[in-house]
Amino acid sequence: MSEPKWLVDFQILRQHPGDKPHFKIYPLEVDPEENVLDAIERIWAKKDRTLTFRHACHHSTCGVCGMRVNGVEKLTCITAIKSVTKNGGIVRVEPLRNFTVLSDLVVDMGPFFRHMGETRFNSVAPVGYASLPFEPDPTNSIPLERLVDCIECGLCISACPAATTNAEYSGPAALAAIQLMLTQNFSPDLMALADHDNGAWRCHSAFECSEVCPSNVDPAWRIMNLRRRVVAHRFKSLFKFPKQEKQHA
Amino acid sequence: MNTKPKVIIIGAGFTGCALAYDLTLRGCEVIVLERGDIANGTSGRTHGLLHSGGRYCVSDQEAASECIQENILLRKISKQCIEFNGGLFIAMDESDMAYSEHFASGAEKCGIPIERLSKEQIIKLEPNITPEVIFGYSIPDGSFDPLRLAMGFAASAVVHHAQFFTYHEVVGFVINGTAKLSAVEVINRHSGEKQVFECDLCINATGAWAGKVSEMAGITVPVLPTPGVMVSYGQRVTQRVINRLCKPDDGDIIIPQRRMSVIGTTSFEVENADYIPIEKEQVEKMNQRAAKLVPLLKNVPTRGVYMSARPLIGGSSSGRSLSRTFKCYDHKESDGFEGFVTITGGKATTCRVMAEKTADLVCKKLGVSAKCETQERVLADYHEYYPFN
Repeated sequence: MSEPKWLVDFQILRQHPGDKPHFKIYPLEVDPEENVLDAIERIWAKKDRTLTFRHACHHSTCGVCGMRVNGVEKLTCITAIKSVTKNGGIVRVEPLRNFTVLSDLVVDMGPFFRHMGETRFNSVAPVGYASLPFEPDPTNSIPLERLVDCIECGLCISACPAATTNAEYSGPAALAAIQLMLTQNFSPDLMALADHDNGAWRCHSAFECSEVCPSNVDPAWRIMNLRRRVVAHRFKSLFKFPKQEKQHA
Repeated sequence: MNTKPKVIIIGAGFTGCALAYDLTLRGCEVIVLERGDIANGTSGRTHGLLHSGGRYCVSDQEAASECIQENILLRKISKQCIEFNGGLFIAMDESDMAYSEHFASGAEKCGIPIERLSKEQIIKLEPNITPEVIFGYSIPDGSFDPLRLAMGFAASAVVHHAQFFTYHEVVGFVINGTAKLSAVEVINRHSGEKQVFECDLCINATGAWAGKVSEMAGITVPVLPTPGVMVSYGQRVTQRVINRLCKPDDGDIIIPQRRMSVIGTTSFEVENADYIPIEKEQVEKMNQRAAKLVPLLKNVPTRGVYMSARPLIGGSSSGRSLSRTFKCYDHKESDGFEGFVTITGGKATTCRVMAEKTADLVCKKLGVSAKCETQERVLADYHEYYPFN
């Protein structure tokens, strides 16, 4: 096409087991409209086959290509180069924080997916539940369902200051998942998963998670809502008369 | 003594993941080698349409029947990552109306439940559909999350002790004598170290890359990567899949997914599928086609644009068609080369049955008598893939 190309320096943090992490610079001609992930894939295909990175769907449904771009967590498949730099500028790419790096931009998702799995998080929900409660329901039709917003990309974990200081913290995504599951079905197990030191109470209300979330989950709002639910549940439990035990006594 | 046959699968797309699961259940020791992460190639980049078979019920009824059977089966075993809101086929002009008769009789023949809907009924269900709609049919389409569908199969494989080695790129084969593959050489891309994995049989499940991989064993597989462009928009404009009631054509389908809508696709051929540049003309064409089905999309910003390279199988190939939708080459039969099988083609909706048929052939070669068990079992939670592997 006719629009002018930009020349941009991609500075990518390279690291392999046993090596010292270092930035490698790849000057690249880009279309300012194209996304950061397209450029990274091109660097791998044409310039450096040793570069490792994660990607799958290229349209923001899988959540795999999360990275830090110029210091900010981004889903790189939908991050236009023009939104993070200018012609002649720099695009600095680093792996997500608060995850173990396996090499270059590839992080270990094991512990994160274990947390998410524990919440019995279901990727599909009735449309009425899938959105945030203060959003209008576009359908009014009960049997319809859709894939929920959280794509388990881990950007919220990377941006979260509480996750940096405490590796045991469940993290914003898992807490948001618990809140979502609780809206659909009350379960004491889910309450227990939220109501402990490394659960809903570890959050410092920094709201960075909602800031970087590429998918309208609003984990910070959900954590605050979860706390209200936890407190209400505790309060109710205080006054609950243990009927069954009483009868047997 | 452990005498489990050792099978290596190259490629962790839909085919590799579903095959790993099937063979593991049948008692094979399975290792999957993948140069990137799960579903980083064609599989991850599909549009996510769970076919009802409607798109094929005129042109290829065998494929259509296979689609509806697997569609029903996946509703049971992989509920976790599929939106089952159904789909509509809409007629917009006389040529569509002429096609509709073939469509209706084709659907009936293939066992696809359809229901004829008036213009008013369609607009009531999906208010954003073009007012040019004349009538249409409802059909049991769905849409799935590509990565999570693949991960569901992979997780089910690893909980049964299959091992996935991602970021392990195959660089060569160890060949015994002149014509038997005995091991696979890989580079661990995390560490840069070379490793050798021995096996009784190696399955090349690399789809659009199958030709490149088999070349390393000196074998020609006529696979041509045929990419198509897909565009996703930042608004979910319909709740159901919208198909144009016509012969499959460029940009004739809109698939809702999460808060998005995806339109696909075009088709052209390339030599190498590693990097396919996005052609702006094709994107523009998709934009126009999308707005024809749902005019509202004219005003919705695009969210993602991507290319997905389908593996097109060369015409005069000697491979065996286990089904019309995919091809399996036992290189013992086609090239006199033992211990190496290539499987390519297929679609996500039918990946389970494709794996079943391939596993039947592989097990026969290996002397394994166990039957397929994947029809009935619900897949493991996809979250278990990373922690278990």
